Amino acid sequence: MSDNLREQLVLLPEYFQGHLLLTLISLSLGIIISIPLGVWAAQSKIVKRPLLTAVSIIQTFPSVAILAMVVALLGGQIGLVPAIIALVLYSMLPIVRNTVTGLETVADEVVEAARGIGMSSNQILTKVRLPLALPVIIAGIRTAAVWTVGVATLSTLVGATSFGNYIFTGLQTSNLVSVTVGSLAAALMAIFLDSIIGGIQWLTEHRNQKSSTRKFKQVKFIVITAVLLGGSFSAYSILPEPKRDFVIGGKAYTEQYIIAGLLATELEAAGFTVDQRIGMGTEVLYTATANGTVDVYLEYTGTVWANIMNNSHNPGRKVVLESVTDFVKEKDGMVNVGTLGFQNRYALAMRKDRAQELGIVSIEDMIPLADGLIAAGDLEFFGRLEWITLRDTYNIDFAEKLTFDSTLMYTAVNEGQVDLITAYTSDGRVAAFDLQIIEDPRNSMLPYDSFLLASSRAAENNRFVEIMQTLVNQISDLEMREANRLVDVEGRSVSDAIAYLQTIIHE
Amino acid sequence: MIELKNLQKTFDNGATYAVADTSFSVEKGELLGLIGESGSGKTTTLKMINRLEEPSSGEVYVNGQNVLAINPEELRRNIGYVFQGIGLFPHYTVAENVAAVPQLLGWDENRVTLRCQETLKMVGLPVDEYGARYSSQLSGGQQQRVGVARALAAEPDVILMDEPFGALDPITRAELQEEFKRIQTNLNLTVIIVTHDMTEALLMADRIAVMKDGEVLQIGTPQDLLNEPKHEYVKKMVDMPKRRADRLEKLVHSS
Ligand SMILES: Nc1ncnc2c1ncn2[C@@H]1O[C@H](COP(=O)(O)OP(=O)(O)OP(=O)(O)O)[C@@H](O)[C@H]1O
Ligand SMILES: [Mg+2]
Repeated sequence: MSDNLREQLVLLPEYFQGHLLLTLISLSLGIIISIPLGVWAAQSKIVKRPLLTAVSIIQTFPSVAILAMVVALLGGQIGLVPAIIALVLYSMLPIVRNTVTGLETVADEVVEAARGIGMSSNQILTKVRLPLALPVIIAGIRTAAVWTVGVATLSTLVGATSFGNYIFTGLQTSNLVSVTVGSLAAALMAIFLDSIIGGIQWLTEHRNQKSSTRKFKQVKFIVITAVLLGGSFSAYSILPEPKRDFVIGGKAYTEQYIIAGLLATELEAAGFTVDQRIGMGTEVLYTATANGTVDVYLEYTGTVWANIMNNSHNPGRKVVLESVTDFVKEKDGMVNVGTLGFQNRYALAMRKDRAQELGIVSIEDMIPLADGLIAAGDLEFFGRLEWITLRDTYNIDFAEKLTFDSTLMYTAVNEGQVDLITAYTSDGRVAAFDLQIIEDPRNSMLPYDSFLLASSRAAENNRFVEIMQTLVNQISDLEMREANRLVDVEGRSVSDAIAYLQTIIHE
Repeated sequence: MIELKNLQKTFDNGATYAVADTSFSVEKGELLGLIGESGSGKTTTLKMINRLEEPSSGEVYVNGQNVLAINPEELRRNIGYVFQGIGLFPHYTVAENVAAVPQLLGWDENRVTLRCQETLKMVGLPVDEYGARYSSQLSGGQQQRVGVARALAAEPDVILMDEPFGALDPITRAELQEEFKRIQTNLNLTVIIVTHDMTEALLMADRIAVMKDGEVLQIGTPQDLLNEPKHEYVKKMVDMPKRRADRLEKLVHSS
């Protein structure tokens, strides 16, 4: 077994537990909420149409959008609660719809007979209509179960652990093994649930005709065994875990995984227990740290300056850092516990030989040559403030400005199809292709100093702050680039990159 | 005892009457045959007695009590009803179907079990063989018998039967007619049987009511109907079985 696979499998129990917990809680709540709603809709024409429309509309929303909206509605809370709410909303349509259909398709003459022998409407519902609708309702639950297992992978985006952690980490760190393990695990869980519920459905469908046949007894035995096994396994794996001392957050790309892992290793070495919640967006992480669900994560000054403080000018590296530090403290009670040293900002980059040939060291050198140069940007660069500032500061424009997916952009510059690209300063591919970062003497690019943003609770812990401070200004652009390269280009594991950074920090 | 007074039912605000100004009574212990062509209002009349339909006007008394004054569920539990479409519960076994009303009435379990055995035996379906089956595992005729057993199960003294023997072969049908007549006489039940079959009505009923277009044309004993039909339609209805009987008699004597 490869190291990579072994490393992934170590994570399996935790992700399995998270995924199962999410699925079971959401599905149970979905059933508890949807069946009564379906019954209500089947009794009342006034309720039926709006309710079915509402649950259908929820279904048409992209699941990621629902997750984001739930997080926003909960005031930025992340973790299990918003994930469960979103999953419950998502599971409602098939259950509500099948409950309504199931109840409506019970033969009129059977309902009339129930009335005729003196059953009350409640008795008709519980003794006749619901039992007869049961196979159809269970079919709805079955659909909902498969959907829930699938959508639960997205819960990673709002900081709930699931098999999605494998998938998103894998996608961001180009780790195919991780993506495969996550997808397979989710698929297996879906198949298992689908088969169990399918078995129950079969039993309810055939309980009248075949209850004495051999096949019926076999299916019954298999279903009961599977439920018992699955149930005790779940009960065992869902036992509440002890509370962790610190929760480390992270956005969804390699550098974030590496630094979060580094923070975890350092804190654990000091005897703390930690939990990692990686794969979230900036907004979600920032609010989660402000409200204390996350204790620390890697943020960049430029991100806070532009996206949170909504500034569009560039007063220089030092001022941005100071303003951001003040802002997070005064506005949201968070603490900048220190910069790490490297920046992850936009920069123009060229192949070294090409730069030498043209004699380019800084952007100023490009000004006279610009109308002969082909530039390539990632999907957003030429629409961003950075480009406008760069253009106006140096009064520069290029002969051609092409837009690429970032992977293709690096290939293009490496193969000489374009002269320069808009790279990230800590990007591993800059190191891999041995590109030269072009200097920016007039500071046109917004600074993105990396720093550790901590919750107020964490910042009050002296030991925690001490550990964080051992990392301050320990990692240069070059070193972070190398760490990223190990993972992104060489396909090494995140723990290898962490180990590399540790040798640098503790040398 | 059942008494209908000027009973009317319209489903279309008076444009047409499914049941029009119908009055008759069924004495305690009497078996009344209600006969008429399809759509004449027989089922509707029956349903108004146990309040599955509410009358548009007029009154119904069961054992001297206006049914509108009785809680409908209470009323229905105390009247046996055999449904035209059989109406067995497909998710209940034969035994559970028969036990349904006694259970609704809160009988204790032993009594329910005993009564189940008893009634199923009465209709010729021993509980050991048929009790655990579902209606999908029974023939049409067996289902009808379960329907009759279910109506008898709670020992009601009033029973309404909507074409209870329709799906049976002639021999079983004759057997069950006789069997039921005996039960009815022994238990002194007040019964209305809806039927299309004049022979069945003539042989089982104490009196027969002939319905057409929502109205009762004539009500009387089988002899009354045979000897003094007051209506062309009634005459036509009784002529057929009469002619058949005559021919059968000739056949028997000529051999
Ligand atoms: N729920 C209803 N809504 C509207 N019309 C109805 C309803 N029930 C019965 N009718 C009409 O009332 C009339 C009498 O119907 P009913 O069922 O009493 O006839 P029936 O004598 O039992 O006929 P059959 O022998 O076919 O069972 C028919 O014209 C029928 O179409
Ligand atoms: Mg009828």
